[in-house]
Amino acid sequence: MVKYLIPLILFMVLVAFLAIGLNRDPHEVPSPLINKPAPAFTLPQLKAPGKTFSAGEMRGKVWILNVWASWCVTCRDEHPLLIEYAKTEAVPIYGLNYKDQRDDALAWLSELGDPYVLSVADLDGRVAIDYGVYGAPETYLIDQSGTIRFKQIGPVTPDVWTKQIVPLAQELNRQGNK
Amino acid sequence: MRRTSAALLILLLAVAALAQDAPPASGDDPVIENRLNNLAKELRCLVCQNETLADSQAGLADDLRREIREQMKAGKSDKEIISFLTQRYGQFILYRPQVTPTTYLLWFGPFVLLIGGLVILFHYIRTRRDAIRETPLTGEEQKRATELLNAASPKETA
Repeated sequence: MVKYLIPLILFMVLVAFLAIGLNRDPHEVPSPLINKPAPAFTLPQLKAPGKTFSAGEMRGKVWILNVWASWCVTCRDEHPLLIEYAKTEAVPIYGLNYKDQRDDALAWLSELGDPYVLSVADLDGRVAIDYGVYGAPETYLIDQSGTIRFKQIGPVTPDVWTKQIVPLAQELNRQGNK
Repeated sequence: MRRTSAALLILLLAVAALAQDAPPASGDDPVIENRLNNLAKELRCLVCQNETLADSQAGLADDLRREIREQMKAGKSDKEIISFLTQRYGQFILYRPQVTPTTYLLWFGPFVLLIGGLVILFHYIRTRRDAIRETPLTGEEQKRATELLNAASPKETA
């Protein structure tokens, strides 16, 4: 009897593997940067090109780096959500304007609103390569020590925001205040 | 049917011709361009995942090729460039992932399956050979067989 069950069990295992495989998004490549130091950068600010901003300035704070561009279609869908998230003041959101034209980026912010504390301009996409960006929007949660703790590829949906990012940021803030 | 396949053939030839006419990668040093091309064939474009970095026209692929070209000009070895890329994009960027504990299943799984299959096959053949081996009947069995045959034959003739 057991003999006849073996092919069935093997078949079920195969089906389970295929089911998992089919439900995974092949575009979500696990980032090797999780729990690694966020790459350092110093870039001109989008709104004030004379001033720079560097990741090092955020030492001691939990913050979000959101990669966006005015040419990025999904970013347009994500934008109103970011504005909502920024209103909650749970985590400060900084923008990395990825391979964009300055005028287009500024027009986008004035038209759709600006959820960012500030945005920096990565015109040639070099900083984005350091962060392993391969498709905007991408979002990083960085802790007080400058370590990347979470990465979202694609838009930060309300589900991801309330169930993953906010609890993790609260936990990190709690640990940091001890 | 014939017409569609002819059309398909023409289309394929046209695509092949186009592929041949793809502009050479920009750059001045043919040695570096050659190295870049060979390395880029081993790397996956992360935007269109079934295309190599050498073939892809995606913006990111352009940027990565530029990055690789500059690192080559700076005298970095292929190994150093690959480790630069895997630190940022993970093993996924390599078409031939390195052999590490996490990729053992990927590299050795097929051989394990093959050996397992062979073991099962040999086991099956041996048990089957034992099952069909001819053994002479004992005296008792011979007697029973004759009885059964005798009992069956009158019916047939009737």
